[in-house]
Amino acid sequence: MDSFFQQLVNGVALGSIYALIALGYTMVYGVLRFINFAHADILMLGAFSAYFLSPAIQQIFPLPGIGGALVVMLLAAIICAGIGVGVEFCAYRPLRKRPNLAVLITAIGVSLLIEYTCQHRAVFGAETRPFPQLIAERNLDLVGLTVSNLDVLVVVMTVILLVVMWLVVNRTKIGTAMRALSFNREAAALMGIDINRVISFTFAMGSALAAVAGVLYALKAPGIEPLMGIHPGLRAFVAAVLGGIGNLPGASLGGLILGLLETFAGGIAGLSNYRDAIAFSILILILLFRPAGILGKNSVEKV
Amino acid sequence: MLEIEDLHVSYGAIRALQGVSLTVPKGKIVTLIGANGAGKSTLLRTISGLLRATGGSIRYEGEDISRLAPHRIVSCGLCQVPEGRMIFANLTIAENLRMGAYLRKDAAGIAEDLDYCYHLFPRLKERTTQLAGTMSGGEQQMLAIARALMSRPRCLMLDEPSLGIAPKLVRNIFRQIISISRERGITVLLVEQNANLALKLSSYGYALETGRVFCEGSSETLRQDPKVREAYLGR
Ligand SMILES: Nc1ncnc2c1ncn2[C@@H]1O[C@H](COP(=O)(O)OP(=O)(O)OP(=O)(O)O)[C@@H](O)[C@H]1O
Ligand SMILES: [Mg+2]
Repeated sequence: MDSFFQQLVNGVALGSIYALIALGYTMVYGVLRFINFAHADILMLGAFSAYFLSPAIQQIFPLPGIGGALVVMLLAAIICAGIGVGVEFCAYRPLRKRPNLAVLITAIGVSLLIEYTCQHRAVFGAETRPFPQLIAERNLDLVGLTVSNLDVLVVVMTVILLVVMWLVVNRTKIGTAMRALSFNREAAALMGIDINRVISFTFAMGSALAAVAGVLYALKAPGIEPLMGIHPGLRAFVAAVLGGIGNLPGASLGGLILGLLETFAGGIAGLSNYRDAIAFSILILILLFRPAGILGKNSVEKV
Repeated sequence: MLEIEDLHVSYGAIRALQGVSLTVPKGKIVTLIGANGAGKSTLLRTISGLLRATGGSIRYEGEDISRLAPHRIVSCGLCQVPEGRMIFANLTIAENLRMGAYLRKDAAGIAEDLDYCYHLFPRLKERTTQLAGTMSGGEQQMLAIARALMSRPRCLMLDEPSLGIAPKLVRNIFRQIISISRERGITVLLVEQNANLALKLSSYGYALETGRVFCEGSSETLRQDPKVREAYLGR
């Protein structure tokens, strides 16, 4: 029972991180209709931002400590928001009137460019570096069950960020403009919406979330390296498709499902080597029955 | 108010507009008629900045607007109700109207215009939280007009507002277009296939034919013109 609960907590925490990343994929898809493959690398850059920032932050805020960790995450989020906006401006915007496939291939190119540039000795180097301990891991006693404080932090932060994002998209003017633009870009322009501003805003939000996800992911990972984004990035992409691409609650749900599948499949003795195979088989099964994703049926709800 | 001179627009090799000149005087309603594919929508899309002209000029209130981005043109007070309505089906009616007022910051003025739109089209007021995509075609057209009005335009362009709407409702919508123009002093450029009705409410008209102005004149003259009668009025 206790180990089942432990797995459940691990799965939910992992799924939360996937959900945060998936949100970026799904929001960009909503406004531009392509998969931003460089999103996974923004996550990696978020972790590296935190890596380089923490020694400086440590001078002002105590690290490890929750306050200092939050400041590091906030700064990493701001840096990555800037990088995300920059990538869109330099690589995707010039292709705005081209077929989506051209943009998609460019996105793969940008992703490879970031990964292999960062692997160069003069940048980060290919070796794995230990991630600074932003928060000391402790076990908490939750009504008789043991959980790691890191898992609690991940889940709590994810829930807060998901609620904030939901409010931004559904309750603010720029969020409404995002949904309007997602439905009909020309009509949005005819109503006076500055398309480029809204698209930049979307990239900023998605990249900031990816940065936070990157830091949270690094907290539990053995270390960070330039290709660290690929694994969670791929899973989050799948989560976004599973939930229904373009759909915010769908991305969160997809992330959760994927995190749980991966954790539980990995926990079964003798099967842990096949955990990806199991997780993805279940995924394919779900998509066979719901090709548009679990919540993706009504295009009316699209971001 | 709006002066177009010798406008040329192409889609690749297709030359959709080949030297169109047209003037819409302040406070007036001007009709543009023409068969399918004549280039009417192309003209409106170019004025709104969605397409770039390869030659000619577009002047609005004396300023050249031919290089401005679409949202800048809206902020100049020139707004379009596009062909096929293009309402945001995934947003509620209230959200659609809010998007019409996207560039505005004057909360009091926005509230006032919202009241005006609801007064013009009471049916919208009953359904503020309904998703726009679930409305009937006629209601969507009302919403599209109201949404454009929310930007408080000084000049409004409408692209075939009667498209796919029952004749009775068309008359109602045209009546509202007249009152919008009279009560708010809004200049109107009306694109229509329903030439007879459109020419009744406008003061001046143009007929477009394969990218060129085929004839122009006061609406009364056009309605009597045998060439126009044959081509657009069906008798
Ligand atoms: N995106 C496009 N690409 C290529 N050609 C186009 C495009 N849009 C319009 N055209 C062509 O330009 C010409 C003018 O089209 P336009 O839509 O302006 O006509 P219209 O007068 O609005 O017709 P309708 O009454 O059917 O709406 C047509 O020959 C059309 O085939
Ligand atoms: Mg047309």
